[in-house]
Amino acid sequence: MLQNFFWAFVVGGLFCVAGQLLMQGCKLTPAHTMVSFVVLGCILGGLGWYQPLIELAGAGATTPIISFGNSLVKGAMQEFAQNGWLGLLTGIFEVTGAGVSAAIIFGFLAALFCRAKS
Amino acid sequence: MKKTAEKANPSSAALQQQAAERVYQNLQQSQQPPGHLLRNCFNAFWTGGLICLLAQGVQEVLLRQGFNLENVGAPTSAIMILLAVILTVCGVYDRISQVAGAGSAVPITGFANSVSSAALEYRSEGLVLGVGGNMFKVAGPVIVFGAASAFLVSIAAALYYSFLGGGGL
Repeated sequence: MLQNFFWAFVVGGLFCVAGQLLMQGCKLTPAHTMVSFVVLGCILGGLGWYQPLIELAGAGATTPIISFGNSLVKGAMQEFAQNGWLGLLTGIFEVTGAGVSAAIIFGFLAALFCRAKS
Repeated sequence: MKKTAEKANPSSAALQQQAAERVYQNLQQSQQPPGHLLRNCFNAFWTGGLICLLAQGVQEVLLRQGFNLENVGAPTSAIMILLAVILTVCGVYDRISQVAGAGSAVPITGFANSVSSAALEYRSEGLVLGVGGNMFKVAGPVIVFGAASAFLVSIAAALYYSFLGGGGL
């Protein structure tokens, strides 16, 4: 239990250090950094190398944006296993759909009912 | 005020540019003080680590509520996204990211922050073209490149499993 929290902190923190190095060291914009992480996550997911990290670090591996790429591939491959080739299209947002929908819905509600703090 | 100016001069690209810069601003703060790479990395480490620690806490609570490790991911990230949107509305997330840099941009909360701060920022330009059109200004590339590369990667993986006998998935 306690070690779950420890690894979540360390692994999540290290991903953010990697992001900071990309943003500041390689002078990437935040958008480029996030895109690089997602593409990297897709590749790691396809190779099956990201799942062991999730088992070790839990939310430390699932919270950084890299996990978004991994989940996209995971959803597509799950659907592929069940429904064949069409699953590659229908499955892409199967796992990540909740996150994307939540961001859209809460963001839209915020814009409806709140004002930007300047 | 801004809206009327926008309508009077539809090609006021300068105004849109300003608004876009404001959205990016909070994420770019970390780039401004150069030469403090080590300190910024340290800040990114502990802030990002704390966000993940919080997510782990949410996950542990959900696991006790009857979720299992397979399906706990979606509600955990939904809760973290809700928290990030609330903090963005209060203006707290922007302050956090001034210290945290990548520590607040890399977790899923940074994704939610970029969506909701764009939505709030462009509210003055209308619901459809302002909020609807600009919400994914920063987060859109992530989804586009994520979906495209996930498609390519999973085609490659599917070909591998189908024809090279990679065994079960």
